[in-house]
Amino acid sequence: MATQHSRSAARIMMAPAVFLLLVWMLVPLCMTLWFSFRDFRPLRGGDLGFAGIDNYIRFVSSSSFWPAVGTTLMIVGGVLLISIIFGVLLAILLDQPMWGQGIVRILVIAPFFVMPTVSALVWKNMFMDPVNGVFAHLWRFFGADPVVWLQDASVFSIVMIVSWQWLPFATLILLTAIQSLDSEQLEAAEMDGASPLARFGFITLPHLSRAITIVVLIQTIFLLAVFAEIFVTTGGAFGTRTLTYLIYQRVLESQNVGLGSAGGVYAIILANIVAIFLMRIVGKNLDK
Amino acid sequence: MSLKTALGATTALAICAAGTAAFADGHSPTITIATVNNGDMIRMQGYTDQFTEETGIAVEWVTLEENVLRQRVTTDITTNGGQFDIMTIGMYETPIWGANGWLVPLDNLSDEYNVDDILPAMANGLSHDGTLYAAPFYGESSMIMYRTDLMEEAGLEMPDAPTWEFIREAAAAMTDRENDINGICLRGKPGWGEGGAFITAMSNSFGARWFDMDWQAQFDTQPWRDTLTFFNDMMQESGPAGFATNGFNENLSLFQQGLCGMWIDATVAASFVTNPEDSEVADSVGFALAPDNGLGRRSNWLWAWALAIPAGTDQAEEALQFIEWATSTDYIELVAENEGWANVPPGARTSLYENPNYAEVPFAQMTLDSILSADPNNSTVEESPYVGVQFAAIPEFAGIATEVSQEFSAYYAGQQTLDEALENAQAITNEAMEAAGYQ
Repeated sequence: MATQHSRSAARIMMAPAVFLLLVWMLVPLCMTLWFSFRDFRPLRGGDLGFAGIDNYIRFVSSSSFWPAVGTTLMIVGGVLLISIIFGVLLAILLDQPMWGQGIVRILVIAPFFVMPTVSALVWKNMFMDPVNGVFAHLWRFFGADPVVWLQDASVFSIVMIVSWQWLPFATLILLTAIQSLDSEQLEAAEMDGASPLARFGFITLPHLSRAITIVVLIQTIFLLAVFAEIFVTTGGAFGTRTLTYLIYQRVLESQNVGLGSAGGVYAIILANIVAIFLMRIVGKNLDK
Repeated sequence: MSLKTALGATTALAICAAGTAAFADGHSPTITIATVNNGDMIRMQGYTDQFTEETGIAVEWVTLEENVLRQRVTTDITTNGGQFDIMTIGMYETPIWGANGWLVPLDNLSDEYNVDDILPAMANGLSHDGTLYAAPFYGESSMIMYRTDLMEEAGLEMPDAPTWEFIREAAAAMTDRENDINGICLRGKPGWGEGGAFITAMSNSFGARWFDMDWQAQFDTQPWRDTLTFFNDMMQESGPAGFATNGFNENLSLFQQGLCGMWIDATVAASFVTNPEDSEVADSVGFALAPDNGLGRRSNWLWAWALAIPAGTDQAEEALQFIEWATSTDYIELVAENEGWANVPPGARTSLYENPNYAEVPFAQMTLDSILSADPNNSTVEESPYVGVQFAAIPEFAGIATEVSQEFSAYYAGQQTLDEALENAQAITNEAMEAAGYQ
């Protein structure tokens, strides 16, 4: 049991780390809050004075705000859906004994280590290009007109690219969970005459529920800030402008730091609402 | 690797790095240059050693894609970041930054440099109140590049100064969908410097303008409706699939592969499409002035990539030496000697167009004619309050035009109607202008 003395020593030793962490988070947060109440436009001479809540009103009443929120949620939802459905299937597949299992697993996980900008460029130029892309050649081979992915199915294309990167993460977590499943339970169910579908629905899936909630929680936090893939492929056009991208446009392209900062505060609020909502679900699941 | 070895290696590296820095400090000043990743700039980097040998000034390059470069240098200059001693900027940024006192005026260039040799159109676009703030590395306008063989097959002859109606008919005549030949390739890609630049230059020839004299957006006027309708109809008839996502590089690639009958774009592209090493159609490319509509304005733009010195640098003298070297006639001759006259940086100096060797380059005269026919001070049919041909030289323009061009691209892609695109463009522009205090 820790003594009063050792507890004090621990606090003193932890203080620098806690202080650094707080500064690390608080400085940008405070600056965002500060700028959000200022008319700060660098190309017009910098800080032009107190703006009250003008930036907040202007940002939320702009015609781009709600479509950006909708796109953000669509991309996050789409990637989560693909990651979980295919993640579960891949995890089950990779759990089967097979020749070259180690290499296959590494290959499946590999996309997670590719930089987002690189993967977006590869998808855009090698796969989705309507003239020289692999998909265009494939479509033509079967006599069909190539799809102009980034124009005609822009949100879907972004979801595809981002899913390709995040699917390995989900697969890895789910594979670890599946490996901890007691095979005797499955064998018993099989002996009792349960079909493969029933075994999956009543044993495997419930066993995976905790892993799935962890995947949802972690991925959501990262997916809310997806940026590079949109920047490289569509530049926010064709309905792919997320809230993060809108903030970037306001701050960097329009050089209106005050307005963009107000958007940043909205994004923090949105992320916290999602996080609280998810933590409750995770909390429930993890308590089981 | 053991911890001891790792620590040893790290220490050795740190000593080496410190030594190198000390050597650099003591023996050769180093200037850092931010530049764009296009062919002429990359070529210049190859000759930098020569500059270092002549002057003892070392050069570090930060080479970036156009959009990224713009954001990096803008952020650096507005925050007084001081990362760069020379920045590669264009005609849009130079007058605005010059007026703000963010650039070192280039008013003490040496006599040998011959500043009067800079083409007046370029010098004017890179000045504020008569003071030059950036030296043009190369200048450009836009013009028509077309396939002479396909025009002949279609039984047509390209005039030196065609109309839009002729271009549309010629594009339709050259289109051969079965063989993937598109009559015309144009920029539809969102972005103020991509599709935004093209449609703005085109709109000038249709009598449109961005703002009236009270800075009110003009997208609710007939000329804009005509411009977008004409552009979209022509591209649907004769353009490549997915033209709404094609910018300069995509169209260059299509043209070089022989998949475009015509391409209206930057004059600097002429050297790429006539280079047999890169272009499959190098021996059958003709040139003409960008089209008009008989309203007195053509649809060609005016641009220069130029080198400027940010006011915050403490190596202004060395930076100026580099700028003089890179934008001099000597540099042009250096490139001509090593790589041929077709590959020298064009459009910046009058003397280049008086040089008989350069006159033999097939696109030289048309480039000059195009540059001379663009007037940034009178780019629109009706009077407008802004300077610039394919842009309005106000700080807010880049942000506004990017969003407006996104609305236009969504229209080309069939995701919204013309009315919706124009209404959105009008709202976005007026919202931003109101926020900026114009209205």
